Amino acid sequence: MARAISRNSKIGWTVAAWLVALIIFFPILYTIITSLKTEQEAIAGFDLIPSFSFSSYETVQNQNNYFRPFMNSVVIAVGSTLLALIVAIPAAWAMAFSPTKRTKDILMWMLSTKMMPAVAVLVPIYLIFLRTGLMDTRTGLVIILMLMNLPIVIWMLYTYFREIPGEILEAARMDGATLRDEILYILTPMAVPGIASTMLLNIILAWNEAFWTIQLTTTNAAPLSAFIASFSSPQGLFWAKLSAASTMAIAPILILGWFSQKQLVRGLTFGAVK
Amino acid sequence: MGRITLEGVAKRFGDVEVIPPLNLDIEDGEFVVFVGPSGCGKSTLLRLIAGLEDVSDGRILIDGQDATDESPAKRGLAMVFQSYALYPHMSVRKNIAFPMKMAKVPQDEQNRRIDAAAKALNLTDYLERRPGQLSGGQRQRVAIGRAIVREPSAFLFDEPLSNLDAALRVGMRLEISELHNRLETTMIYVTHDQVEAMTMADKIVVLHAGRIEQVGSPLELYLRPKNAFVAGFIGSPKMNLFSGETAAEYGAATIGVRPEHIGVSTEGGKWKGRVGVSEHLGSDTFLYVEDTGLAETITVRSDGEVRLRHGDTVWLTPNEDKIHKFDQSGDRID
Repeated sequence: MARAISRNSKIGWTVAAWLVALIIFFPILYTIITSLKTEQEAIAGFDLIPSFSFSSYETVQNQNNYFRPFMNSVVIAVGSTLLALIVAIPAAWAMAFSPTKRTKDILMWMLSTKMMPAVAVLVPIYLIFLRTGLMDTRTGLVIILMLMNLPIVIWMLYTYFREIPGEILEAARMDGATLRDEILYILTPMAVPGIASTMLLNIILAWNEAFWTIQLTTTNAAPLSAFIASFSSPQGLFWAKLSAASTMAIAPILILGWFSQKQLVRGLTFGAVK
Repeated sequence: MGRITLEGVAKRFGDVEVIPPLNLDIEDGEFVVFVGPSGCGKSTLLRLIAGLEDVSDGRILIDGQDATDESPAKRGLAMVFQSYALYPHMSVRKNIAFPMKMAKVPQDEQNRRIDAAAKALNLTDYLERRPGQLSGGQRQRVAIGRAIVREPSAFLFDEPLSNLDAALRVGMRLEISELHNRLETTMIYVTHDQVEAMTMADKIVVLHAGRIEQVGSPLELYLRPKNAFVAGFIGSPKMNLFSGETAAEYGAATIGVRPEHIGVSTEGGKWKGRVGVSEHLGSDTFLYVEDTGLAETITVRSDGEVRLRHGDTVWLTPNEDKIHKFDQSGDRID
């Protein structure tokens, strides 16, 4: 029997849920509102009704061309994600289907690197980048973001692969599939939903990454996260322009996220629900 | 051709010996059933033959060729798994075609074999569906179809019917037997269900704790079980086993009497007891007789007309010629 829910409690919970959602969404909403104000309105104080002035967007676009960091963001996010998948698919395959006694330890160790504050390794990585000429290059950022997100990508793929019954792979082996055929025709197609949500989540993580992108770029390879940061300059804060830059930076990922909600939820629950 | 010979084949997982060295001959075209309680090593033995597990010792010969170190695909055997192990992202047609695609069979030959298999297995209308849209019995048929098109030298079945309901199981049992009659290919079939073993097999291999207890035709095993384990395992309902004084009377450590070899009377006989449960199947009646002082319950198979109820006092008399005798170590005494 379905649990009975009274009408009143249903209304109560619905209102509460909307309220919590609004609180979470409010900073983003207020950023968008502020971006539509003039600079004077923006520093005047709290006001939810903007004058719908697009002057901030114009200034931002004229001062710092938006498309250059946008393209950098696309290349870095997509590039680092693809590179991570190329490394992670065989790694996760090996750990899921021919585990050793140490597999769990390796997985835990990989995850533990994510617990370390990034700033702790800033100096060595900065120096490596400087000496190898990777500083302020897209290649450098693709590599560093791939490495930073690799543990999460491997973990997610590992959990997806673990859901694939071993008998199916044995059947493929009996049917004459080589290791390559097994990965190509059986494993990858079956893992496509998992790989897709891993890819989406990783693109979002890479897109929003702000520590390494800001530290390791100046102008050439600076993605949108660095673009936003450039508006909190020593000359003073320009709230409206900063908000306009932020809105332009988050818009692509917001749209991508909106269209891929289902995949993302599946990805974020780490294969716990089917 | 599908003659399979195991020579001293053994399997160890770490320090645990799952299968002590054993020898077994499977003739070309035979329907061999490996049967035993769960954990007896029957599935492991099948997986060793398939090549999905490596042998720790010994050799596996297929048609006289040493296949011990061959990959599963090179052995020319096809396997049907308990979970069917169909490829969920492929249509039925592509599932059946997969082994041929791997073997690079020409496309028109592939289509010919798929159509023939689909016709034989009543799958023609389902070829474009995904496995998820099929019933359990249909999935099982797809798995069999995928095995047939490879034209293997032997089929390996790993408890293929255990996920089906009772009615479907009987139907599939017949279909597999018919398939064997038609193809005349060697089949090795693993099950824990001795009814499946008795009804389908040319030759039954009874396994217990990794050891082969007895190899023989269903009737040989039923009529002359080599030891007390086989006696108790083969036959439904189970053989009644008695030890102690009852057995000593016949000069044995254990004696066994099949339920159909015990006569029932309400007037007099050898052993006195009380009817516990009586099962009226129409053709037969199974009586579970209690309070005999010999064993907890004695199972008796009587004709369908018997009208005995719970609590009735009965006398049981075993057919002296049909008593199986076993010594201290459980081996048969003749």
